[in-house]
Amino acid sequence: MKPEGRVLVAMSGGVDSSVAAALVVEAGCEAVGVTLHLAGSTSRCCSLEDVDDARRVADALGIPFYVANQTERFRHEIIEAFADDYLRGRTPIPCVTCNKRFKFDILMERARAFGAVAVASGHFARIDTDPETGLFRLRRAVDANKDQTYFLYQLDQAQLARTWFPLGELTKDEVRARARALGLATADKPESQEICFVPDGDYAAVVEAVRPEARNRPGEIVDEAGRVLGRHRGVHRFTVGQRKGLGVAGDRRLYVIRIDAAEGQVVVGPEKELGAAGAILEGVCWISGRAPESPVRARVRVRYRHEGAPAWIEPTPGRRARVVFDEPVRAVSPGQAAVFDRGDDVLGGGVIAASFS
Amino acid sequence: MRIYLDHNATTPLRDEVVDAMVAVLRHGYGNPSSSHREGAAARRRVDDAREQVAEALGAAPGEITFTAGATEANNAVLQALCAEPDRGRHLVTTRAEHPSVLEPAAYLETRGFEVTWLPVDAEGLLDPQAVAAAVREDTALVSVLWANNETGVVQPMEAIAQLVKERGALLHVDATQAVGKWPVDVGRVPVDLLACSAHKLNGPKGVGCLFARQDVAVPPLLRGGPQEKGLRGGTENTSGVAGFGAACELARRELPERMERYAALRDRLWEGIRAKVSGVRRNGSAANCLPNTLNVELADTAGEVLLQALDLEGVAASAGAACHSGSITPSHVLSAMGRTPDEARGSLRLSVGHGVDEMQIDRAIELLAELVPRVRGAGVE
Repeated sequence: MKPEGRVLVAMSGGVDSSVAAALVVEAGCEAVGVTLHLAGSTSRCCSLEDVDDARRVADALGIPFYVANQTERFRHEIIEAFADDYLRGRTPIPCVTCNKRFKFDILMERARAFGAVAVASGHFARIDTDPETGLFRLRRAVDANKDQTYFLYQLDQAQLARTWFPLGELTKDEVRARARALGLATADKPESQEICFVPDGDYAAVVEAVRPEARNRPGEIVDEAGRVLGRHRGVHRFTVGQRKGLGVAGDRRLYVIRIDAAEGQVVVGPEKELGAAGAILEGVCWISGRAPESPVRARVRVRYRHEGAPAWIEPTPGRRARVVFDEPVRAVSPGQAAVFDRGDDVLGGGVIAASFS
Repeated sequence: MRIYLDHNATTPLRDEVVDAMVAVLRHGYGNPSSSHREGAAARRRVDDAREQVAEALGAAPGEITFTAGATEANNAVLQALCAEPDRGRHLVTTRAEHPSVLEPAAYLETRGFEVTWLPVDAEGLLDPQAVAAAVREDTALVSVLWANNETGVVQPMEAIAQLVKERGALLHVDATQAVGKWPVDVGRVPVDLLACSAHKLNGPKGVGCLFARQDVAVPPLLRGGPQEKGLRGGTENTSGVAGFGAACELARRELPERMERYAALRDRLWEGIRAKVSGVRRNGSAANCLPNTLNVELADTAGEVLLQALDLEGVAASAGAACHSGSITPSHVLSAMGRTPDEARGSLRLSVGHGVDEMQIDRAIELLAELVPRVRGAGVE
């Protein structure tokens, strides 16, 4: 929804937020560009080069531009937590926390300081109001391929009220076309798919750089019966559902079923054991601001780009929930987010603490 | 309307300066080293500027070497002079220097020099006795910032110079912020070497000078052609030098009136802030301060955010913490004065200069009164 007045635009230096900024200007708002400088020089994304790209776009649009430096806090709250999660045997999804704690909490604070009425960003998602309840709704983007609501389920009503996603109704192709038509410097910049501070996909290296003690924690690879099949160089090198790189001789059809960080064990088994009947979630957020009183039906996405599986979600005390899938779902990894949809509506989500069969 | 309160970062060019530069750029393109008339005309312009600069500093023209600015002069003095084989390998400087002295000194430390880093007190002041006491038999150089760029604190330079001279050591002074805002007279204050930059006194960027007293032997700063008596090779920046000369002439003529005017504006700003913003205190000695500088600490305020909010509303200032390759590092000057990182992060530097008037000051006060609570409140939901 287009707000009236000054709008802070989150600019990452990528094509999406560049077009978002252009659309805010086109809509007649007084746009102020802000780039979060988060991951520092070690990263490809949020790097100083990206800051420069964002600045060039802001200059081309004729809007003021500032950098919000949060590298120290990002290192502590995101990168260290990411490493610790891996050492707990989880497969974390840092973008969810980053979107909430950095992209929105921090930018909302800055918007307030700037006297801006809203924060706009280049996320592919939509916000509207429920005609019955008047509550804000988070809705999946028109471009289903690009939809980023998986990372946004933690936004609360107060934040949704002051957020604007100008790209929500556009497809990625349309966004690129707009960028080229506008002559934006970032029009043909490659897509960033990886986690920004893991530039070459080497998670283990990041974990070991942040927590050097991880290098000295070898353990056993066992089957469900507890038989030792081999050894490994640390649980942080594994993810549920993984098949490659197990280093176990013989049967190539073994998958990581479970990771027991306390025992340092990686449990492997055949593909059928990968199916989870359900999951326990923690840190559950409901977009409406209130957990439902009885179990609800929804499609549950257990990873980014997962199409979702029909399930019952039962809220439990302490911001937790129990998800029971209609059919077993493959590779439900603790640490990833589970996001609940009903049609295009995102109802909420939580962090997968454990799966059960 | 923009309100520029960052004159310690750089200053707008005065019309007289622009005129002097444009005259050279349009008509005085000759190379001062050439013997033909075009060269001779350019040479005269450089000589005139040298006289103007020398007069502003109380020096003789032969004691002035033009450089690309104070950073070059400071680097050259520390690195070239300290590398002379017959000099000692000990350096005395302070914890509150400008980076252009701090970094070369730290570099020398990695090359086997011993550096005595003198502390400043909570007001940012040096003890002249302590400076003298740090001098040893093998001291190659004492280097002290005359007026601090962040706080405006002015060191008791006359006493320091006198005492260092008595101890027989060489004294280099970075006077970049002092020239044009404070009486700088090397005839009265016996410094041996002194650096400054034109752009801090309404001159152009990329030009400055090194003053070296007649009897101080300075090795070449840049080896090359015979320019600047062989001390600094490279064809002279003639238009820049002309602009620097014009700026120095203005500074010399206007200094007393300028100091009075800047102080009145600065005091008005401080009184206004103190009256309308809670939780403020001044950083640095108010009694020993450049007339144009006000460094204030705003409790529980993110300086970076306040700076951006001020800029959006039309006020240019700078903060007590700077972004160095991504992370916000609290000012080393405020840290040296005993301020905590949070106190430094909440500090704001406001510096007045040519073109600032009472109306702008009053508007800036109003904006601060409005924005500081907003920035403070932004941290809480």
